[in-house]
Amino acid sequence: MTVVPTSARFQENAHEALNDARLQGAMVFARNFAGRRALAAARLPEFDRLRDSASAIKDHTLAHLDLYLEAYERKVVESGGCVHYAEDAEAARRIVVDLCRSLGAKSVTKGKSMISEEIGLNAAIEAAGIEAVETDLGEYIIQLRHETPSHIIAPAIHLTKRDFEHDFRARHTNLPPERDLSKPEQLLAEARAVLREKFLAADVGITGANFLIAETGGSVIVTNEGNGDLTQTLPRAHIVIASIEKIVPTLEDAAQLLRVLARSATGQDASVYTTFSTGPRRPGDPDGPSAYHVVILDNGRSAMLGGEFQDMLRCIRCGACMNHCPVYQAVGGHAYGWVYPGPMGAVLTPSLIGVAEGGQLPNASTFCGRCEEVCPVRIPLPKMMRHWREREFERALSPAAARYGLGLWAFFAARPALYRVAAGLVARSLRLLGRRKGRFASLPFAGGWTRYRDLAAPEGSTFQSRWRAKSGAVK
Amino acid sequence: MNAIASEASSHPPRVGLFVTCLIDVMRPTVGFAAVKLLEDAGCRVVVPAQTCCGQPAFNAGDRAAAKALARRTIEAFEACDAVVTPSGSCGGMLIRHYPELFAGEPEMAAKAERFAAKTHELVSFLTDVLGVERVTARFDGTVAYHDGCSGLRELGVKAQPRRLLASVEGLTLAELAEPETCCGFGGLFAAKYGELSNTIVSHKADDIRASAAGTVLAGDLGCLLNIAGKLQRAGSAVRARHVAEVLAGMADGPAIGEPNKERS
Repeated sequence: MTVVPTSARFQENAHEALNDARLQGAMVFARNFAGRRALAAARLPEFDRLRDSASAIKDHTLAHLDLYLEAYERKVVESGGCVHYAEDAEAARRIVVDLCRSLGAKSVTKGKSMISEEIGLNAAIEAAGIEAVETDLGEYIIQLRHETPSHIIAPAIHLTKRDFEHDFRARHTNLPPERDLSKPEQLLAEARAVLREKFLAADVGITGANFLIAETGGSVIVTNEGNGDLTQTLPRAHIVIASIEKIVPTLEDAAQLLRVLARSATGQDASVYTTFSTGPRRPGDPDGPSAYHVVILDNGRSAMLGGEFQDMLRCIRCGACMNHCPVYQAVGGHAYGWVYPGPMGAVLTPSLIGVAEGGQLPNASTFCGRCEEVCPVRIPLPKMMRHWREREFERALSPAAARYGLGLWAFFAARPALYRVAAGLVARSLRLLGRRKGRFASLPFAGGWTRYRDLAAPEGSTFQSRWRAKSGAVK
Repeated sequence: MNAIASEASSHPPRVGLFVTCLIDVMRPTVGFAAVKLLEDAGCRVVVPAQTCCGQPAFNAGDRAAAKALARRTIEAFEACDAVVTPSGSCGGMLIRHYPELFAGEPEMAAKAERFAAKTHELVSFLTDVLGVERVTARFDGTVAYHDGCSGLRELGVKAQPRRLLASVEGLTLAELAEPETCCGFGGLFAAKYGELSNTIVSHKADDIRASAAGTVLAGDLGCLLNIAGKLQRAGSAVRARHVAEVLAGMADGPAIGEPNKERS
């Protein structure tokens, strides 16, 4: 019931995305994040030191994860809540569906949660005969369209205003067809009116968590729409779903991470809403749920602890890596074929669903390094993508042509005398072939290159042979 | 000031040029431009027999092949006071990744660290190590400088080429809107993901064409072959050259991908 991955088809997915004019038009807006983040970072002199501190907090927590998970659980129980551990997606779905059933739920509202996407929660809830309504505007529209998020913080970035209007007209059929939906605020008002009824009718509210705080037993969500607050405050029960690495030791730690989160994500100093929830409603509280559950998901993460991919568990899901990635900007998130796109997805996907399925993703990178440059918790993303390439190479999963070509090249490169002869031969023969125009518009063995751009012809004999001729000394 | 620079007057430092396989085969002019810049700055340049730094293997996951080439390169330059390369990408491999390759092999790791410590990207070596503040060269025209990713992010090459370009007579520098965005080359990526690479380099070419520049410069021949190839395919008149050619006053020959009129 989880998303069926198509990550192994990345090449085909990318081809479709690159030739989808509508998508390419929408993706222009994905380029705006980088400038906003740069401005936000520049406004805060201690931003880079905060990043160091954020990384250190996460490293410390990962080194003592068992301890902090237990401490967190104790605090949740003290505050009247209940913690459930789910080893995999299926266990997590079962726990949530059972909770909804035992609470007699007919309708569930949902705040934005990538864990929900990872475990395919909506389909499971609906299969149990319970309505699940996404309340984040972007999530709401992709739910209407039966799509998946194409970005971890801007799930509908692949859509335009026109798509919203089209889908609202198609789905909100009880509203007058002649209504004006040409302005964003009109679309927003309509979504707000539709969702308001869902908020009031919901029996259970499900949210993700940006952080779980061991010191207090609290969970934190950040939103810009306030939908998360209504989701977790109005229904009878609040279920938090989060993965194990969302734990931080203290409230102060959460505050530090929040300072880098929004700035890295959207370039805001802080999200419009930062909401803390700790346990169910206490006697005397004006509002809040009467039941509070936390489902903590592993789903392959504990296997990353202590290994070469542990640093990936520092990720706070800000999306900065994809916002600065030339590959993501070109193809969008769906081409990555599973839940997590961009550089963080390229590292995480093979960890969570296997290198045979996800191995294409860490290859589809120019290693430009911009993701690592902007990561608020300094995850060495290119290095980890390279680790995946090494694993693929060791297991001979990389394509035979690439291995053969590389092997041939390595053979010559390891034999300087032979290399000299071969390089000279290549340089001079290509020079002869291409001397008239100075470049090639097509070359039989370089089709991947010359299909899209010309290839300069070499100048003639190699530098090393010219140098030796000039200095008269062969070393 | 650096020891190499302070001794330069009395004992010219023995600088090994790691020319890179791309420049060796495709554009020797860049190698000679590097030699001229180094000699003008008082260095004695040597060119030990060399092949490739091993980056293609390293990035393809073939660690064993990368290590074998790294060992060979480190040995070849043993006798040099400094190693200089006219490429941020190969420089990143030599300086940042060689030590990483040998993590867990203390003896080789120490060698790789020593090698990395004496190795520099060409333009930053001139400015940051030798203290060169200006060059004697003339170039009439407006140029844009594309920041190659590895030079920029692994080695901090950003202001250095612009500072030296500012001293070139007749030259005007026009900044691109996104000088730090990748050109989509990525070594084997350009061939393996040709269509995707094409989309990225098209964006770069658009940025260059929207600028006032008649020539685009960079410190990496890989990026330049990609950018020049795209500009030429798109019928643009913007030319592409390695920054060393302009700094050395050796930019009078054909630009990248242009025919050599005298000799053809």
